[in-house]
Amino acid sequence: MASAAKKLLMDPFTDNNPITVQVLGICSALAVTVKVDTAIVMTLALTAVVTLSNFVISLLRNVIPNGIRMIVEMAVIASLVIIADQLLRAYLFDISKQLSVFVGLIITNCIVMGRAEAFALQNPPKDSLLDGLGNGLGYGIVLIAVASIREILGFGKWLGFSLFPETYMGNGLALLAPGAFIILGLLIWAQRTVSKYVED
Amino acid sequence: MREDTRTITFAAIICVTCSLLLSGTAAGLKSLQQANEAFDVKRNIVKAFGIDISEMDRPKIEATFEQHVAEEKAGELELFTWTDEGAEKASKYAFPISGKGLWSLLEGYLSLDADLETIAGVSFYKHGETPGLGAEIEKAWFLSQFTGKKLYAQGKAVAFKLVKPGMPTNESAVEGISGATITGKGVEALIRKDAAAYAEYFKSIKGN
Repeated sequence: MASAAKKLLMDPFTDNNPITVQVLGICSALAVTVKVDTAIVMTLALTAVVTLSNFVISLLRNVIPNGIRMIVEMAVIASLVIIADQLLRAYLFDISKQLSVFVGLIITNCIVMGRAEAFALQNPPKDSLLDGLGNGLGYGIVLIAVASIREILGFGKWLGFSLFPETYMGNGLALLAPGAFIILGLLIWAQRTVSKYVED
Repeated sequence: MREDTRTITFAAIICVTCSLLLSGTAAGLKSLQQANEAFDVKRNIVKAFGIDISEMDRPKIEATFEQHVAEEKAGELELFTWTDEGAEKASKYAFPISGKGLWSLLEGYLSLDADLETIAGVSFYKHGETPGLGAEIEKAWFLSQFTGKKLYAQGKAVAFKLVKPGMPTNESAVEGISGATITGKGVEALIRKDAAAYAEYFKSIKGN
């Protein structure tokens, strides 16, 4: 892979991670990370949406009238999210029940709109596609990390498999939003310590 | 072309494309989604009849439902009956229960034994309660407590209670969930409300 393309794809995993560095998409990172399976499906849904929306918006970037630029972006993103939601309801019903409104809320996820505005409008479709893919997966890796910690502490399980004996009571805090905040905060701290990132 | 004409044309094209795409998806997937929702209700009814469905897959649950469960009308109200294999008369009766929890509407089913007084099983299939706290209402440890408790006495709904965890229960009370007091109050209220709504009907068929 060419180094420029590789950078587009890999940067969001570490140095430019949408959650731990840019601190975007926190709402859903707290809401859908109680269990690993929901986090994985959420990752797939968001990655599909941000990849395709970046691609479509990049294709349209030279013809979108500037006055309605954001409205067009919203229309594209919203349509993709609704399609993703409909597909989940048809093929992954139980998980879509657990994700409830949060699939629909991908529409308001800052990462999707942010990548459209910050990247897809200035760059060709192929690069935008990679940027979307990278950011979706970069979001997902943090989501899955948070979900793993919460599911292990809260239920004593990982992806539904029991790790501890039946007597493990489960830590209720890990299952609640404050617990997710603490875990996410620790992850951001760890990631920034390793990457030596400092906020300006 | 003038700038604003171009803008309006562009907006119109986007709108039409998006709506065609969305209506196409919605129409194409509708039957699958409806089948999923219908199955979810069936699965819940089977569970409410006290059947352990954790090891059963979808076809097995569908088959169990077809074989044992029948829908009946209790006047204006919805009612399901369970008939054991080879038996002629229904041995259990289930009705939908719903009401407000802490964050959301709780929906489920409650089934009664043949004596029309004793609870055979309870289950919830739809709620948006806090995972680990209110969401425990769908867990086996909580639901299994209901089995064998009395819901009716002398043809009237009793004041069913959820007591604080660890407190003594009686034949019409179960232990609530620690940290989910309001969800518990909701469960208590919805069981009382729906039990009362069906009291007349069960009284009327009890004579037969």
